[in-house]
Amino acid sequence: MIDMRRTFRFGLLAGGAMAFLGGIGMIESFNERTLIDPILRMGDLFLYGTLFVIAYIAARGEINILEEPDYRAAETTATGAAVGFVATMVTVVYALLITAVDVVEFFPNMDEAMVESLTFEQGAPIGLALLGLASVIVGAVGGWLVSTADGLKQSISKVVGWVLGFALLEVVVTDIVESRDVSRLIYSPNGGLRLWSVAVIAVLVVYLSRRYSGRLTSFAAEVSNADSKSRLRRGVIAFLVFAAIVLPMLLGGILNELMINVSLFVLMGLGLNIVVGLAGLLDLGYVAFFAVGAYGTAVLTSPLSPTFSPQLNWWVALPIVFVLAAIAGLLVGTPVIRMRGDYLAIVTLGFGEIVRILLLSDWLTPLFGGSQGIRRIPGVDVPFLGEVGGTRPEFFVYLTLIFVLIAGYISYRAQNSRIGRAWAAMREDEDVAEAIGISTVSAKLLAFVTGAIIASFAGALFSAKVGAVFTNSFDVLVSIIILVVVIVGGMGSISGVIVGAFVLIGVLGGPKSPGLLAEFAEFKLLFYGAILVFMMLKRPEGLLPSVRRSRELHQDEMSQDAWLEKGGDFTADDAEGATT
Amino acid sequence: MTDQTPVLSFRGINTHYGAVHILKDVDIDIYAGEMVSLLGGNASGKTTTLKTILGYVQPTTGEVLLDGVSVNDWSTADRVAHGVSMVPENRRLFKRMTVRENLEIGAYLRSGEDLSTDFDRVFDLFPRVKERLGQKAGTLSGGEQQMVAMGRALMARPKVLLMDEPSMGLAPVLVAQNFEIIERINKAGTTVFVVEQNANMALSIADRGYVLQTGRIVLADTAQALLQNPQMREAYLGEV
Repeated sequence: MIDMRRTFRFGLLAGGAMAFLGGIGMIESFNERTLIDPILRMGDLFLYGTLFVIAYIAARGEINILEEPDYRAAETTATGAAVGFVATMVTVVYALLITAVDVVEFFPNMDEAMVESLTFEQGAPIGLALLGLASVIVGAVGGWLVSTADGLKQSISKVVGWVLGFALLEVVVTDIVESRDVSRLIYSPNGGLRLWSVAVIAVLVVYLSRRYSGRLTSFAAEVSNADSKSRLRRGVIAFLVFAAIVLPMLLGGILNELMINVSLFVLMGLGLNIVVGLAGLLDLGYVAFFAVGAYGTAVLTSPLSPTFSPQLNWWVALPIVFVLAAIAGLLVGTPVIRMRGDYLAIVTLGFGEIVRILLLSDWLTPLFGGSQGIRRIPGVDVPFLGEVGGTRPEFFVYLTLIFVLIAGYISYRAQNSRIGRAWAAMREDEDVAEAIGISTVSAKLLAFVTGAIIASFAGALFSAKVGAVFTNSFDVLVSIIILVVVIVGGMGSISGVIVGAFVLIGVLGGPKSPGLLAEFAEFKLLFYGAILVFMMLKRPEGLLPSVRRSRELHQDEMSQDAWLEKGGDFTADDAEGATT
Repeated sequence: MTDQTPVLSFRGINTHYGAVHILKDVDIDIYAGEMVSLLGGNASGKTTTLKTILGYVQPTTGEVLLDGVSVNDWSTADRVAHGVSMVPENRRLFKRMTVRENLEIGAYLRSGEDLSTDFDRVFDLFPRVKERLGQKAGTLSGGEQQMVAMGRALMARPKVLLMDEPSMGLAPVLVAQNFEIIERINKAGTTVFVVEQNANMALSIADRGYVLQTGRIVLADTAQALLQNPQMREAYLGEV
């Protein structure tokens, strides 16, 4: 039975989503990038990809755990096609409206060019018909996929995943290959995969996954079940460290540059993770400590530092910068020590802005250069290599990796030590933690100071890499993005922060730097928001959560499961519980 | 007992929240090994008394003494280290931690030491807790949570155990059971100071009692005498 209402609703949703993506100019701008020459452009991928996913969900119907679903291909295909049809209707009406009424003044992207981008550059009647045809086909395929066997579904999704991966990461592949001739074999000169390389990838993926997938999944299960001290687990960690050492040698300049950006955010993420994830103090002004690290290094090392210019070596400046950051941590921490939750967040948000505005102020301009910033910051002196700065990313990346290792080690030790337990207790119930003898004042200050010092690692590296600091690198958006990295990765989890930084900063791009998908730059914040909403709904514990956090967030479900396991009977214990 | 130094005492304590005068010239003495109850209705200052002992609230005048030493300028952590430990009202376990973690963190100030004898002592008093060690504290029943809360306080090896309304929110059977355990803890040598509204229950096991009314100690006597006191019977024991 096809649920007409549901189908119609999802069709409207898909049409609305397509209209929205067009309206913000995303399709138009993404279509400049070809993914598979000549059949698929990036804008079309997003346009029809959205429709595809919505059609799939519509055809899958309500999920009922108790019943084994029974899908008929004809039914699901029809549902998918219907979703596609309704979506087309919405889009067609929208496109016609835009052609008829001039709204460019209010929505700068809603012009003829946008309609063109939605209609394969064909314009009204023919293009709209093409759009409708494509939508119905994509919807039908999405619906049909629901009814297919699991094995086929997996093969299809693997092939699609790998092909899209290769297409989207064209820059990476060509950067690694480093030979123009080889990359020309895979990619067309217009950009995008050649059709025959798509075929080769598909065949390879199907063949390899048939052969090896069983072994791979059992290995992955073994690794995740192994306890933290086992040899297997250590082997995996050793492999990752080895990969981190070898990888930069294989990567070209662009990717190493990107690795550095990601590492800087990993560093700041690790620092903020201590403050927010472990100690539970919501700090929205964390960028202030990054600024202290960056400006501290700039003043101490640059010959162009306006007033005070000792021109120290970076390594000599580093410990001084740590001390400055620690003092900044105390300065921010002390007044807010008695504040909790929302109040703390607001006050720290204010502190972050105060630091930026002070740097810009007339009062401190003689020291920090105001809006002129401080330039000509030297790189880092490394034995045998000389000065390593932003112009030599293939070496600089190792410097950042070393600091990531140090910060990771500090986080790991802090988490599993006495202070880590104190933070966990304080996060849950500050009063009781105090009554147990935990000095919450020093626990909080320690969290702020540790976080500040780790952020100053990032600041010092940032100065040496960029060679100049300006106040606009330290606005509130940076604080927010670091927080998003921590939340998406998984609060309280070290590996989570690393994954979060790779996904957000590496793929989508950081506040001032593009990621792997440079096209996203303009729509980065939209995707950040979308990812954040999706995560909060579907996976609030983050991508790679810490054991403790996921236990905290899924407490109710778990206790219910335990209850069901017991057979669901109402025992005396539960009766006691009910009295509380 | 009067020739001893009290383990815990209040000397002319006055406290204020802003302009509001809470505790008024309160004097309390608790001697080693005693079980003392502090009784009083709502808003009589019972909780403020406990907060003052732990140092959450600073008295405006007067002194809190531990073993005869003024601790007014000690931090809460120092007072806990000296041997004052509290079972908070409504138990307030760390619900997201396991029972074992709750007990371990109770001995926070002795982190790194061998806790096995302390664990054994808790298991001895509460065999049920041992079965639940790996379980999350939030999933326990109310009675079990009370046991873990007392266990957590005992892990600190307190000289004086403070109990804030141990009968609150528990079924009558459990309240009786609870007070039996408090009595056992006291018999085993820990001084206990119970703050309660349930005067009958509290006095039945206490040595002495204080009655607090709008911040002032209005009665102080042995538990027996208090139970007989007509004024007391009328006001707190529900008899006319």
